[in-house]
Amino acid sequence: MEEALSLVTATLAATLRVATPLVLCAMGGLFSEKSGILDVGLEGKMLMAAFFAAATASLTGSAWMGVGAAILAAEVLALLHGFACITHRGNQVVSGIAINILAMGLTVVLGAAWFGRGGQTPPLTGTERLNPIFFPVAGDNILVYGALLAVPFTWWLIARTRFGLRLRAVGEVPLAVDAAGISVSWLRYRAVLLCGLFAGLAGAYLSIAQNAGFSRDMTAGQGFIALAAIIFGRWRPVPAFGACLAFGLLDAIAIRLQGVRLPGVGEVPVQLIQAMPYLLTLFLLAGFIGRTVAPKAAGVPYEKEP
Amino acid sequence: MQELTADAAIELRGIDKSFGSVHAVRGVSVRIERGSITGIVGENGAGKSTLMSILYGLYRADAGEILVDGRPVEMASPRDAIGHGIGMVHQHFMLVDSFTVLENLVLGAEGGALLARGLAAARTELARLARDYGLTVDPDARVADLSVGEQQRVEILKVLLRGARILILDEPSAVLTPQETDRLLQILRVLRDRGVTVVLITHKLREILAVTEKVIVMRRGEVVAERRTADTNAEDLAELMVGRKVRFDLDKAPARKGETLLAARHLSLVDGRGVRLLDDISLEVKAGEIVGIAGVSGNGQTELLQVLSGIRPPSGGEFEACGRKVDATHPVDPAEMRDLGVAHVPEDRLRQGLVPAFLASETSILGYQDREPFCHNYILDGPAVGKYCADLMERFDVRPRTPGLLSSSFSGGNQQKLILAREMARDPKVLLVGQPTRGVDIGAIEFIRRELVRSRDAGCAVLVVSVELEEILSLADRILVMFAGRIVGEVAAGQADERTLGLMMAGARAA
Ligand SMILES: Nc1ncnc2c1ncn2[C@@H]1O[C@H](COP(=O)(O)OP(=O)(O)OP(=O)(O)O)[C@@H](O)[C@H]1O
Ligand SMILES: [Mg+2]
Repeated sequence: MEEALSLVTATLAATLRVATPLVLCAMGGLFSEKSGILDVGLEGKMLMAAFFAAATASLTGSAWMGVGAAILAAEVLALLHGFACITHRGNQVVSGIAINILAMGLTVVLGAAWFGRGGQTPPLTGTERLNPIFFPVAGDNILVYGALLAVPFTWWLIARTRFGLRLRAVGEVPLAVDAAGISVSWLRYRAVLLCGLFAGLAGAYLSIAQNAGFSRDMTAGQGFIALAAIIFGRWRPVPAFGACLAFGLLDAIAIRLQGVRLPGVGEVPVQLIQAMPYLLTLFLLAGFIGRTVAPKAAGVPYEKEP
Repeated sequence: MQELTADAAIELRGIDKSFGSVHAVRGVSVRIERGSITGIVGENGAGKSTLMSILYGLYRADAGEILVDGRPVEMASPRDAIGHGIGMVHQHFMLVDSFTVLENLVLGAEGGALLARGLAAARTELARLARDYGLTVDPDARVADLSVGEQQRVEILKVLLRGARILILDEPSAVLTPQETDRLLQILRVLRDRGVTVVLITHKLREILAVTEKVIVMRRGEVVAERRTADTNAEDLAELMVGRKVRFDLDKAPARKGETLLAARHLSLVDGRGVRLLDDISLEVKAGEIVGIAGVSGNGQTELLQVLSGIRPPSGGEFEACGRKVDATHPVDPAEMRDLGVAHVPEDRLRQGLVPAFLASETSILGYQDREPFCHNYILDGPAVGKYCADLMERFDVRPRTPGLLSSSFSGGNQQKLILAREMARDPKVLLVGQPTRGVDIGAIEFIRRELVRSRDAGCAVLVVSVELEEILSLADRILVMFAGRIVGEVAAGQADERTLGLMMAGARAA
């Protein structure tokens, strides 16, 4: 009994740990997508942030400097995305993919040049990392609580404030926002910057909280899972949070079941469980979620005078 | 002179604007008097919408000056215009469908960083406006669920809520039913009596004559005349607009009917939620006649055209077009209907008639793109398509005559002419037309109606759906009235009058 209980709490803690970067990323992505700017580049922003967090923490010895650097790095990419998609009305998916490729390459090249460890940063210890606050085994560092707070904050900002109303409107009918005398570009830039902030925190979490250093491609598609969570949650913060938890739980279970033999089944196909988020996304996208719930103007550059 | 300028709410001086090679507005100078209703009329593409968009700061003029209350002002964006008390109700509504009425109303004037207070204030203000102007609308309804007339009321409320003293309306009645239009005109009168300056752009001279004090006539980017409404009449205005005499009466010979080309028996259509959109519809259209369907919009006419053109399969009953039987188990697709010789001009031209991002030449063959001479062995022949489009533009007077221009760059009326040209030029056996002259200027209305009659005389079976009674009365040889998804009556053209039809349309009387 006691053993079962501890198994449950351990799995829950693992779920939360795995879900934290997804939640941060999904909340960031929500702001961007709600404003009508698709963000395929969440993955790249998170990767770049993870690298700069670890590199800075290792060089300065301060985890907080690392967090600051992570945010800065993600914001630079966010501004790049904004410049391409808002100012120059470029294709949002292409820009996002370009950012992913850029981040993938740059983190490895810079890592090799600065640390010469095949793209890894030196292992971080002590104050170079964000450490658990209350329960050392659970890994409850400040960013985990940050992610939990990010959800009500996002909901409140979108549902209850002037900024949120305008954000929702600009993602649906940008022309109406323009006609109301509000700048479409400035509004979208602010959304993209918010997205950068959250993606930066998610990246910092990966390299200086969950892990003790940066390793190449350490995001491993989590940016895309966060995007899937947004779609699952139908572009609403709380359901998107739920989706992130569900994905985190699947991952935690997969880790638990690694190498376990179940009677009748044999070795548990862990790969299958790990593939679940992707399969679920495909399945749901294909059938259950109508396209109508997405912000109507998402992906469409705003031009009033062609 | 000083005095004169002082009581002009707005004065435009030498406004000029080009879009690439299109010179849309050419040195226009006008004065809008305070506390009056001024009408602007003109052909499609005359530059009315462009001029008003410049006044509202949506477009920048290439040259010219704007004066508000006698002082020159800069209109760099709608924010400036709103700051000067100018509000605009656009030809295409600027509402967020998924928002509630209240959310739409406060957008851009939220009254603080948090919404709650602004929403509450807007709710009180809305109640006051409802009392003062008779503008009632449910503040918590989602805009997507409102009728077009109600959506327009939301647009007007939005403007009033921002304290606008100058209200611009761009073709507000194009999508309204006659009853809704009457309400709108009544509201405009109330606004004027309370000191609001109103600018009304419309193609309907009846509205101009009913509410305005002054009319400005535009043609090809210029102001060609200004008249006091009291000193003018419909014929005079029409002639000024088009530059020649316009005949309001359509002379057509009696129909020479041939065989039945389109026949529907007990057609019904039920949507996903179980609502009966069409109920037991039976009708016949013979070669060489025009059958008109009258009715207030939203009574099943749209769906009837969708079923008859093959876009939606019927849920029950059957119809036969050019020898092909169609029912729920033997559906048909629009391409096959087209091959049979059934052409369809949809009522929603922007969404169903053309692709805004396509060139005019591409729009002119849409649906026929796989036929000679446009296409040989799966490859489109660009020059042939361009030449064909240029021919159509010449025949149907589409302006500007530039096949290489984007479809979205044409004014509404010219888009309509292009779609009509595409469908009519193929000499169809059956022609289904929804709202043939919605948003179209008088000269073009005359032209389109004559073309429809010519098709009829060439042996085509024509079915016309229109919410304009006057249009149905002048075009149709036989009139069917639809109400709540049913055909509630049939009247021969000679015996119909607006009053009886109006009563039948309201469901008050069956024939
Ligand atoms: N964004 C644009 N790009 C290119 N050309 C344009 C654009 N907007 C308008 N035009 C052109 O400018 C001219 C004036 O158009 P405008 O929309 O002002 O006409 P209108 O008088 O409002 O006509 P309608 O009665 O059909 O609405 C037209 O020839 C049109 O094709
Ligand atoms: Mg117009």
